[in-house]
Amino acid sequence: MTKNQIPLWEVFIRPRNGLAHKHCGSVHAADEVMALQAARDVYTRRGEGTSIWVVPSSAITASDPENKDENFEPALSKVYRHPTFYDIPEDVGHM
Amino acid sequence: MAAASSLSRETLTAFLLRLADDHLVLGHRLSEWCGHAPMLEEDLAMPNMALDLIGQARSLYQYAGAVEGKGRDEDQLAYMRREREYVNCLMAERQNGDFAHTMLRQFYFAAFMQPLWQAMMTSTDEHLAGIAAKAEKEVAYHIRHAGEWVVRLGDGTEESTRRMKAAVEALAPYVDELFESDEVTRAMAEAGIAPDPTTLRSAFDAIVGPVFAEAGLEWVETPYGQTGGRQGRHGEALGFLLAELQYMQRTYPGMTW
Repeated sequence: MTKNQIPLWEVFIRPRNGLAHKHCGSVHAADEVMALQAARDVYTRRGEGTSIWVVPSSAITASDPENKDENFEPALSKVYRHPTFYDIPEDVGHM
Repeated sequence: MAAASSLSRETLTAFLLRLADDHLVLGHRLSEWCGHAPMLEEDLAMPNMALDLIGQARSLYQYAGAVEGKGRDEDQLAYMRREREYVNCLMAERQNGDFAHTMLRQFYFAAFMQPLWQAMMTSTDEHLAGIAAKAEKEVAYHIRHAGEWVVRLGDGTEESTRRMKAAVEALAPYVDELFESDEVTRAMAEAGIAPDPTTLRSAFDAIVGPVFAEAGLEWVETPYGQTGGRQGRHGEALGFLLAELQYMQRTYPGMTW
């Protein structure tokens, strides 16, 4: 099999200082330098970012959609895990 | 515009139009790739750079129109001047060729403009210094982006190397014109508005040299460089470019949308 000359990279952008990098899409590029440039050109044209990460798509291990039920359904019935069962005094303000 | 006192408006206008024409013509050339790039990522990267260039051209045309003082605005300067009135360098109007050719041309032009913008950031002409401060960041990215491609294509596959070497051959006759000096550039240098282009060659070589070394490319000396763009003598390519660029205003003068 021939080596893929321009593999896929996942792009993460941090919109502002203090926020986390968020996945926003993917690009094709020959290496990490070109991947960063491609990400800059494709995903930050409207001032979306202050920082970019690129990660080889092949480095990502994903959960199997077939295991969706056993992975995620048990959480649905545990509403008590949501921090909504107490009142926040007004003086505390926005949390 | 304080510096313009010892300098004729015509001379400053002539200088500004050269710069503006370089940027509009090359920006238009790059924009021709839109929808035709080898991959989606480059299909955005090239119009991005084209928009930088056209934005710089707009600022320069607006300023040139104001300095000229004859009531011509940016649109009239861009759309209503004839081929022989255009004073862009010949490299800018060269047809795109293949992707390697386009990237090398972009790299050369950016390597010429970066030291020029940097020097003009401290121009005695404050308006021009303002344009330069914005453009300098944009051109830095053009050097990085086009330079990375020159390295990867020059030092890539057998075919990409062949194509990049062909681009070096094809563009060699158009490099020296960038650094030509005449009464306009010397007047700019004397007034402290912009350095004479002859003084920018070493900075250009310092940008191009390391990239060529990494790409495994060799500089090609050319016995007879092409020249004439600054006097309005152009190659065949510019007429076709302007025909497309100016069609709408020529057909419907004064049209807006």
